Amino acid sequence: MNWPLEAFLSFLAAGAFGVMFNAPRRTLVSCGLVGMSGWLIYRVFFLAFDDSVQASFAGAFAVSIVAHLLARKFRMPMIIFSIAGIIPLVPGSKAYNAMRNIVENNHLEAIAFASEALMISGAVAMGLVFAEVLMQLYFKRQARRIQRKMGLTQE
Amino acid sequence: MAQIGETRRELALDCFLLAGRIMMESGAETYRVEDTMIRMAVSQNMVNSHCFVTPTGIMFSPSEELATRFVRVNNQSTDLERVALVNAVSRNLVAGEYTLQQAYDEMMIIDQTNYRTSIWVQTLAASVASACFFILLGGSWGNIPFPFVIGGIGFFIVDTILTETRVKIFAEFIGAFIIGILASIAVYTGFATNLDTLIIGSIMPLVPGLLITNAVRDLMAGYFISGLSKGAEAFLTAFAIGAGVAVVLSF
Repeated sequence: MNWPLEAFLSFLAAGAFGVMFNAPRRTLVSCGLVGMSGWLIYRVFFLAFDDSVQASFAGAFAVSIVAHLLARKFRMPMIIFSIAGIIPLVPGSKAYNAMRNIVENNHLEAIAFASEALMISGAVAMGLVFAEVLMQLYFKRQARRIQRKMGLTQE
Repeated sequence: MAQIGETRRELALDCFLLAGRIMMESGAETYRVEDTMIRMAVSQNMVNSHCFVTPTGIMFSPSEELATRFVRVNNQSTDLERVALVNAVSRNLVAGEYTLQQAYDEMMIIDQTNYRTSIWVQTLAASVASACFFILLGGSWGNIPFPFVIGGIGFFIVDTILTETRVKIFAEFIGAFIIGILASIAVYTGFATNLDTLIIGSIMPLVPGLLITNAVRDLMAGYFISGLSKGAEAFLTAFAIGAGVAVVLSF
């Protein structure tokens, strides 16, 4: 397990996806950082608990949080940062193995792989949702605090 | 509503619909587009406006007594730079830094400029991404030229067919099919090992990541029509890729 290498490769891959989706040029490094954080958290969870569903959830959660923070910083839509980061978490190899087993008439094994792929994509979606709700709560609270400081609301 | 004149109202409507259309065509989330349009409308004193955005069309009603306008959303291609630019213009309009005319002119410039990097740069990016994923998924360093070349070719083919025919499923199917064939040739001639990792790394640039993210966020925000249709599109894309690879593997 070579951490610096994995970090560098995931950074490069997410940055390359940023180029393919034509993200604004000054955000490309940030796109890479989002992808890197998502992938590293995914790997850490995978090595710690040996369960790719939980690991995907954690990775997607991290991607969404980092993307939200960067979107605030750059004042740009959050989607610019999140899509490059989500792609490494998509269960491509599980879906591929499911397809391959269907072709080779191993239907039982194919169902196992397909259900795992389905679980992982559900986990990625749930990770996005949870992070989004948490960030919304946080930003709302922050906005209320600023309003109170300026004396706009009285409590 | 009486204080804004007829021409100004028309200009405002044109401006909102143009902003919505550019954002939808460039791959923004539906709820984000609606939010942007309503914010712009409120900043122009159209408080009672309603807006309904689907992936294929935008309806905008400025108030109860005025006519509703409709605009069709045509070809969709991902271009995040335009999303960011329109977003910046609408922020400036809402903050009062741009007048309506300035905002409309900016939108027209954004609509007519081609911000996409050349296809060769994109192909190179796809090659780099494929090679990175190949190593991340456990491929060996000696084989790294193969995902680099095959991933780039696959992406280039999909993009070419897409601009020629506009049939997305067909383009993805052919792209995945050719990736499968090239990877099999590389393995069976003995230059590369591990067919599975090679194919998975090379099809990574075709994965519908934007659609999946958009579908989830739209569904979450309660926009079920666009969420479901984008989810269906993502599923069909994934199915086309899988079928293209499966056809090769079945031989």
